[in-house]
Amino acid sequence: MHRIGRARCAVIGAILLAGCNRHQSALAPFGVEADQVRTLTIVLLIGAVIIAGGVALLMQHAIRTPGGRLTLPQGMRLVLWLGAIGPTILLFTLLAASLPLMRPAPVGAADLRIGVEGEQFWWRVTYRPPGQPPVVTANEIRVPVGRTVEFKLSGGDIVHSFWIPGLAGKMDMIPGRTNTLVARPEKPGRYRGVCTEFCGLSHALMAFDVVAMEPAAFDAWLAGQRRPAPAPATGPARRGAQLFAANGCTGCHAIAGTDAASMIGPDLSHIGSRTAIGAGTLPMTRAALTRFIRNAPGVKPGVRMPAYTHLSDADAQAIAAYLEGLK
Amino acid sequence: MKERLTERIRSLRVSLWTLIVPPSVWAAHFLFSYLWAALNCAKVGQFARFPTLFAVGTVLALLVILAAGAIAYVQQATPGDEPPHESGTRVDRLRFIAKSTLLLAGLSFVGVIFTATPVVFLTDCR
Ligand code: HEC
Ligand SMILES: [Cu+2]
Repeated sequence: MHRIGRARCAVIGAILLAGCNRHQSALAPFGVEADQVRTLTIVLLIGAVIIAGGVALLMQHAIRTPGGRLTLPQGMRLVLWLGAIGPTILLFTLLAASLPLMRPAPVGAADLRIGVEGEQFWWRVTYRPPGQPPVVTANEIRVPVGRTVEFKLSGGDIVHSFWIPGLAGKMDMIPGRTNTLVARPEKPGRYRGVCTEFCGLSHALMAFDVVAMEPAAFDAWLAGQRRPAPAPATGPARRGAQLFAANGCTGCHAIAGTDAASMIGPDLSHIGSRTAIGAGTLPMTRAALTRFIRNAPGVKPGVRMPAYTHLSDADAQAIAAYLEGLK
Repeated sequence: MKERLTERIRSLRVSLWTLIVPPSVWAAHFLFSYLWAALNCAKVGQFARFPTLFAVGTVLALLVILAAGAIAYVQQATPGDEPPHESGTRVDRLRFIAKSTLLLAGLSFVGVIFTATPVVFLTDCR
């Protein structure tokens, strides 16, 4: 009996611990807003436990106590205070304490704006640093720590929802509307964000990496993203570049510095510098790139990129080599 | 003087219509809050710095609810019939509806304050 109990504890403990994940957790915040939300969560949780325990004790007391211990007016007064006035004061205090969290932090003209558009099933990201032309990337969001960032969120096709649990609350992305989310990252590191509004077959494969960087490193990175894609350096990569154009990839993808300029699919100018392919679906490796290029719908059901199963493995590998070199 | 007033209040008509006065004021204030915020955001682009109109509307709603509650309080204190209350006499009905109105007035009063607080705190149209 004892052993079963212990085993059960271990299983439950393991399941709970498996939920702990500092990359994508509202309980492991790296930004001011998520930190406030966590504090509020903990206050509410502790408060709820105390109240539930208090009510249970009171009930036990009421059941055990012989009848007639309170007069009618005493009983009514108890109900009035513990049943009406007490909860009203408590709820009002909680309301007043939580409302300031809903007030977005102030943003100025000198703050970085990042436009994010949800597409089936990927993210179009446009950095708009003050006083500089915008930079377009996809499926990865980098933010400078210690600076205020204003996300401008919209839906490119249907409704999606943008959530970086460690950074701030979630916000819907609605076609034809721009929602604003203000955040202030504080701890450098690699994190993760997800789509939290069911948007189709591959909704569960619509995530993105979030990299919080020191401001100087961020500025350098952004300057690098602004440069055109590097020319292919190796033989296979050069062949890959030709195959990329010959197979019509340019009809959907943009690679800065080449003829490819279409914005239907993700911008691939610096895809080699990302850590994942297909909005967090596969790791960034040559093999995974080859697999994705040959059969994207097989990897991501419902994806808006055709399968290229007629491409030979060698050709797909060459394209992968080319894309991998686009740092 | 006070007795005359009490008499006067207790002789007022009481019905389901008077019962729903406090919650209706609450609902109207709720709508008012939304309209006020929406109109400000659409016309001015932000909440007013000194929300005079909103404050006046809120105080007005609270006063009406208070008045309804005060009248109900006097009415529900009318001396009642002996129990059991099973024959639906005039005074029993008065006491019952008045007591319900009083409780609803309390709830609506708190409700209006709970509605007004976010409007005062959230000054931003985003
Ligand atoms: C009909 C438009 C279309 C064509 C043609 C197309 N793609 Fe795509 N591609 C997309 C879309 C849409 C996505 C985003 C898929 C997703 O993750 O949901 C994508 C994603 C990708 C990705 C992953 C991007 C990232 O940020 O992770 C790669 C790599 C890629 N395509 C390569 C290619 C190559 C190579 C070709 C040509 C052989 C090609 N694509 C042809 C539409 C297209
Ligand atoms: Cu989505």
